[in-house]
Amino acid sequence: MANFITSLDKKNKLGLALIAVALIVLPFVLASAGTAWVRILNFAILYVFLALGLNIVVGFAGLLDLGYIAFYAVGAYVYALLASPHFGLHLPFWVIIPIGAAVACVAGMVLGAPTLKLRGDYLAIVTLGFGEIVRVFMNNLSNPINVTNGPKGITLIDSFKIGSFDLGKSDVFGGLIFSGPIKYYYLLLIVLLAVIVINKRLQDSRIGRAWVAIREDEVAAKAAGINTRNIKLLAFAMGASFGGIAGGMFAAIQGFVSPESFVLTESTMILAMVVLGGMGNIWGVIAGALLLSFVPELLRYTVQPVQEALFGHAIIEPEVLRMLIFGIALVLTMRFMPAGLWPEARHRREMEAKREGKK
Amino acid sequence: MSATINEVLMEARGVGKRFGGVQALKDVSLTIRRNEIYGLIGPNGAGKTTFFNVLTGLYQRDDGDVLFEGNVLNLTSPHEVARVGIARTFQNIRLFGNMTAMENVMVGRHVRTHQNVIGAIFRTKAERAEEAAIRRRAEELLHYVGVADRAQDLAKNLSYGDQRRLEIARALATDPKLLALDEPAAGMNATETAGLRTLIEGVRADGLTVLLIEHDVKLVMGLCDRVAVLDYGQKIAEDVPAVVRANPKVIEAYIGTSTH
Ligand SMILES: Nc1ncnc2c1ncn2[C@@H]1O[C@H](COP(=O)(O)OP(=O)(O)O)[C@@H](O)[C@H]1O
Ligand SMILES: [Mg+2]
Repeated sequence: MANFITSLDKKNKLGLALIAVALIVLPFVLASAGTAWVRILNFAILYVFLALGLNIVVGFAGLLDLGYIAFYAVGAYVYALLASPHFGLHLPFWVIIPIGAAVACVAGMVLGAPTLKLRGDYLAIVTLGFGEIVRVFMNNLSNPINVTNGPKGITLIDSFKIGSFDLGKSDVFGGLIFSGPIKYYYLLLIVLLAVIVINKRLQDSRIGRAWVAIREDEVAAKAAGINTRNIKLLAFAMGASFGGIAGGMFAAIQGFVSPESFVLTESTMILAMVVLGGMGNIWGVIAGALLLSFVPELLRYTVQPVQEALFGHAIIEPEVLRMLIFGIALVLTMRFMPAGLWPEARHRREMEAKREGKK
Repeated sequence: MSATINEVLMEARGVGKRFGGVQALKDVSLTIRRNEIYGLIGPNGAGKTTFFNVLTGLYQRDDGDVLFEGNVLNLTSPHEVARVGIARTFQNIRLFGNMTAMENVMVGRHVRTHQNVIGAIFRTKAERAEEAAIRRRAEELLHYVGVADRAQDLAKNLSYGDQRRLEIARALATDPKLLALDEPAAGMNATETAGLRTLIEGVRADGLTVLLIEHDVKLVMGLCDRVAVLDYGQKIAEDVPAVVRANPKVIEAYIGTSTH
């Protein structure tokens, strides 16, 4: 990181400083439009975590995973069970989050191990099934012993606390009101930075190259000496751990978890973020995640009033329009930008080469 | 070199492989000595590529064993085969197309390096040192095979001849003792073939052993110390090129199928 900063020229440094300032003041700007927007922003960052985690599996290693939300669910439930009145446990978050990551990691390997020989469609079907199984378990593990509290979910989940400093409560510092969501935002921002650095480093490492090699040609990767079984398992494990961490944070921020949050559409949504943004490219994936989290919210807040202003009543439900626009956008992107909005540098380089060739 | 030339590096014992009704390999036994260039020839469909696939663990054999430096090879695990020192190229080039030439070779270093996820995440001193070493070695190898000027290009954008060379560089990156090349001259023009020949001779001069499948009989005869001939999955001859060339069975095998 240090040499990354020193390697930047003056112009880039200024740009970076501006982005940093913008990110710091952003929640206050949004808060003036309503705290709901800060919450939306926080959930968008959680989606970025998820998309980056899934990107390891799908983008780097090329393994199609349609059940990724299961690891988010595992992380969320681990947190909920260990920090709520449900079992009367109230462990601190810095204990639970690593536990959640570890449990999700194990779940990732449980999913990965039997599916290592599968690829493409078959892998997609098995992972889809896995995601559903986890959700069904959460839904039904209330009988005979009440573990998950079934469809009702778990409520009154603890927020993150360090001593008497509670991220879930408002505080006033220097005349500024730091609401719970704003405090969580700063935490998420720090974690996001760490997640980006980790992803980037993984990508540029021996392991990252092995993932891409497997994606490109598994047989050649084997012959070149890569233990494809272990390296694929590692991709599942790493991706799952990210999901587990995000899940724990989700549970704390939301204060409530139920199986409903972890349905198949969520998995496909995260996959869409990865694909739309540009599989394999960290920045593309981030852009995809932000886009797909924010645009629907914008629509939610604009569609209804606009229709009411125009027709006096709502003709199309915002939810319907949301899915319609989402679908059209996805089809158009795949038709005209098959590598995503912001493809991996490799793909971009290749496209530039093609364009130059045409001149 | 002459002191070790008779030492056996690899020995195949009665290797057999069937595909449904096709007996692609039948009781194939051959001995490759350290530091020789060993040719494997035979008509199309004779089983040469299948032998490579069995040897490198990509196909599971039905019979037989392979000894490498006196130890039985674990033929069910390709990366294990690479680790003990056998590297290969493919008849129909298999590069990592969307990785750069450089990255392709760097992947070849995987089996000789050790850094894990933790090292990568924290960019430990050891990890940075290893990455630098991987990069250095990959650069060396790109120079060695003569594609250094294409280092940052995507493998799939390289010319056919360069792709063949790059694949050899990737194989060499695994520090093999035995380099197995499957028709490396296929599709090359005369100049490229001459360059390839120099490259293979250089590899041998550096102490490696080469197992060469080749269709270009002239290249094989000029380059190889010894040659084995496969026909319908069976070894029908194994000797120095001059003797093999004069073998009536070999002549018949080639004439009998010389439809191309
Ligand atoms: N994967 C496979 N499945 C079925 N048959 C195969 C397969 N690979 C090779 N064969 C058959 O095995 C025989 C030997 O093929 P191969 O080893 O490719 O020959 P060569 O490399 O000498 O031209 C051929 O009859 C071929 O059709
Ligand atoms: Mg062949």
